Amino acid sequence: MAAPMLRGCCLARRGALACIDGGSRHGRGAAIGCRSSGKRGRSSVAQQPLITAQKSGKGEHAWAAVVGLEIHAQISSNSKLFSGSQVQFAAPPNSLVSFFDASLPGTLPVLNRRCVEAAVMTGLALKCHINKKSLFDRKHYFYADLPAGYQITQQRLPIAVNGSLEYSVCVGKKRSQVITRTARIKQIQLEQDSGKSLHDELRSQTLIDLNRAGVGLLEVVLEPDMSCGEEAATAVRELQLILQALGTSQANMAEGQLRVDANISVHHPGEPLGVRTEVKNLNSARFLARAIDSEIERQINELENGREILNETRSFDCKLGCTIPMRDKEGKQDYRFMPEPNLPPLLLYDTASLPPGADPQQVINIDRIREQLPELPSETREQLVQQYGMLPEHSFTILNEVGLLEFFQNVIKETRAEPKKVTSWILNNFLGFLKQQNLAVNESPVTPSALAELLNLLDRKAISSSAAKQVFEELWRSKGKTPSQIVSEKQLELMQDGEALNQVCLAVMEEHPQVLLRKRQCR
Amino acid sequence: MLGRTLREVSAALKQGQITPTELCQKCLSLIKKTKFLNAYITVSEEVALKQAEESEKRYKKGHSLGDLDGIPIAVKDNFSTSGIETTCASNMLKGYVPPYNATVVQKLLDQGAVLMGKTNLDEFAMGSGSTDGVFGPVKNPWSYSKQYREKTKHKAHGENEDSNWLITGGSSGGSAAAVATFTCFAALGSDTGGSTRNPAAHCGVVGFKPSYGLVSRHGLIPLVNSMDVPGILTRCVDDAAIVLGMLAGHDPKDSTTVQDPVKPFTLPSLTDVSKLCIGIPKEYLTPELSSEVQSLWSKAANLFESEGAKVIEVSLPHTSYSIVCYHVLCTSEVASNMARFDGLEYGHRCDIDVSTEAMYAATRREGFNDVVRGRILSGNFFLLKENYENYFIKAQKVRRLIANDFVNVFNSGVDVLLTPTTLREAVPYQEFIKEDNRTRSAQDDIFTQAVNMAGLPAVSVPVALSNQGLPVGLQFIGRAFHDQQLLTVAKWFEKQVQFPVTQLQELMDDCSSVFEIEKLASVNFC
Repeated sequence: MAAPMLRGCCLARRGALACIDGGSRHGRGAAIGCRSSGKRGRSSVAQQPLITAQKSGKGEHAWAAVVGLEIHAQISSNSKLFSGSQVQFAAPPNSLVSFFDASLPGTLPVLNRRCVEAAVMTGLALKCHINKKSLFDRKHYFYADLPAGYQITQQRLPIAVNGSLEYSVCVGKKRSQVITRTARIKQIQLEQDSGKSLHDELRSQTLIDLNRAGVGLLEVVLEPDMSCGEEAATAVRELQLILQALGTSQANMAEGQLRVDANISVHHPGEPLGVRTEVKNLNSARFLARAIDSEIERQINELENGREILNETRSFDCKLGCTIPMRDKEGKQDYRFMPEPNLPPLLLYDTASLPPGADPQQVINIDRIREQLPELPSETREQLVQQYGMLPEHSFTILNEVGLLEFFQNVIKETRAEPKKVTSWILNNFLGFLKQQNLAVNESPVTPSALAELLNLLDRKAISSSAAKQVFEELWRSKGKTPSQIVSEKQLELMQDGEALNQVCLAVMEEHPQVLLRKRQCR
Repeated sequence: MLGRTLREVSAALKQGQITPTELCQKCLSLIKKTKFLNAYITVSEEVALKQAEESEKRYKKGHSLGDLDGIPIAVKDNFSTSGIETTCASNMLKGYVPPYNATVVQKLLDQGAVLMGKTNLDEFAMGSGSTDGVFGPVKNPWSYSKQYREKTKHKAHGENEDSNWLITGGSSGGSAAAVATFTCFAALGSDTGGSTRNPAAHCGVVGFKPSYGLVSRHGLIPLVNSMDVPGILTRCVDDAAIVLGMLAGHDPKDSTTVQDPVKPFTLPSLTDVSKLCIGIPKEYLTPELSSEVQSLWSKAANLFESEGAKVIEVSLPHTSYSIVCYHVLCTSEVASNMARFDGLEYGHRCDIDVSTEAMYAATRREGFNDVVRGRILSGNFFLLKENYENYFIKAQKVRRLIANDFVNVFNSGVDVLLTPTTLREAVPYQEFIKEDNRTRSAQDDIFTQAVNMAGLPAVSVPVALSNQGLPVGLQFIGRAFHDQQLLTVAKWFEKQVQFPVTQLQELMDDCSSVFEIEKLASVNFC
């Protein structure tokens, strides 16, 4: 049985490689999994697999779900988007607040160059058109953690537009067929993060922490090209890997550096799109797919029961496992957009358009940033396939687990074992153990060197493969021991001495004359 | 000594004729005597005396910081001053003490200037009278001048004299009055639609609005970010140029300031105006313009012509749309800028705490006056999605047309435009408040507003006294970033007209000795 862990739903949801079940129902009962024809390939148009509602007869009322995403990624920078305050997670409340962040009257925004470079680099990596002129706007709403009463964003003319995000799903009975899908990127815009409101229900107070207020965000808007939770989660994971590879965002969802809002609607194929809802603050990789699928399910149920879908903002309640309307954002919001008068248009250059004698500190050259683009996850995976003969789906798994690629590379460096063997061991045994004990790669008791040594023993045929598994289990339990130590302690070496082996065999035969006799009689 | 110009008193300080502390004390005592004018909201006496003392030390060591060292200045109360209350004449900011200095304030202090205090204004600079602040209206010192009293004696007789006092114009009325009453040698105002030039004209001082982007707005509590400019009020054009030299230039804290370095400069004394081309915009000849101002305007044009300058009539065809366009753009930005005043981080907060929303609403109702609330309301209306195209976008387009009018005129060879600053001289408070703030602002900014839309430099220079004995100012408008050229022309004009000094002896009876009024030039110009 091959790598059972790779198939699990939970892994698929977290991974940039979603395993999508074509036929059987799974998950929460209703058929809200994505069905794939397997021929859509790289099509960038909205993918609308058919979904059969639970209650209706087979194929009678086919529903298609349409999912678009707005992803906010905190830019990895030393200081905020428009002020010099430091950016740091979990600092004491209100310790990283400049006069501008607290919106003291008379303060003005000053654009952080690093954030612009991060936006350009992300735009390039996502195959966007970089606008050489972009504009900033004010988006108004009253909220206690928005001190100025408006957020500076890029509504009219964002820094990057018309890109695409490729992610892969695997289909087929054995889920061994990898299909690349594309979600179009409408735009990437620079904007400010808000502060945090901490509600003290007991004393009916709200406390405000402005540390996050003004931190630079990249808002990546994905067109409604996805059709289920798993696709969305896979796309988000791929984006996360790209941002991490670029270093433009740490994109750690647990620390709120990557936050997702989903626009969801359902309709009958061939008919106009349905009324959409927005599910806000999908801030956990675990719940992303579930939240989207439960909202799709809810909408189908509503419509099947003759009710209407309201254009509203909802949030996912992970305890209830379903989405609920957000009370405080009810009603139509008019953000009263207005150009930000304190920031001139953001002008970018390429080598051709660079004004002669321009101060390199004052201008940003898109071509220079393009030169600095690091290897992207897709390229890394390609490399793994090429160099080590890895199966494409395995290359996804290697990249999806935080730290696993590095672990893999370190093992490869120190072992003579075949890369395929290394891959198999890492994916089946190593990852299996990690999952069983819910550990991250960097928490593993087995170091790359230890695994490399073990694989060397195996490669040398010093131990059998079943002994190797035993050693591996022992390594997991007894930290600090080397594989060789375990092998000799447990006397797990394969015997290489023919004479000694002969002696052993003779001794066994002598000890079991009856067995020997029976064997002879049979013959 | 107090009657001197900044340049003169600076020379006196350098020569040791007077010490910074003496000068500061004289100004402080005059501030007390003129307290009833309500020019200052906060008098920073202690800070001023300390700064004067430090300046004195520098002079004693021979390490003076320059022309501004030891010079008393005043700052409009919408510029942030570190450690000194900054109110914008609003309940919303009563008691608000900024933790930082506006860049322009810092630059003046770095030059050794002595800050006498923060001057009165219309709440959040929204007004043209300096009558709509929470600390009460500013009274025009000319109400108490010998010149005005003599002319209006017959009228004032038998009535309560004080009920006839005149407004200063606004919104920088406190700064204009402070300079006019010799309590400081220069003052900062702000100018969004004429707020520096208008009170300058009514108070008989020079009011200069620099090109947008030449002087940092960092720390200026905004009215309309895209039009606001720190303004300079002085008693002569040369002084305005000195202060501009100290303030102009790029500020890393204000991204809308020019990148090119600006060098301090002294204005040349123009002797020959024959190469100048002066444009007279025909649209500025409106029916509302008082005949007296109109006649002074044409006399000024004649003066240039008689001295050899080319004076031509020009057209700024979109002028008439300026007021309504300004209304939309101003209120929209106001609605946005005022959103931050929610009672959370600073400023006034109401006692209501049933919910955050209720707290916002009550805080803002209590904190802002009707004028501010009215502008917020209309601004938010214009910014609504359904109205945005029809109002805001349209107004932006009209703004472009207005700006282009100026570009076209300057491209046709005109160096400087000459216009009135105001429709008439200052009016009595009782008359002024007959109209509401909005109507007043719309009328009073008519000659000044378009300049802010186009970001051009403009200066109001006092030209003569009206028949009532009140100052009248004329405005020069220059090309963008040709501030120096503009001031050079203004300086030449100022020299020709020899505007008289206010005679406030009666008002200040016992302290008349502080005015060593050297020049009592002829009141009759031309």
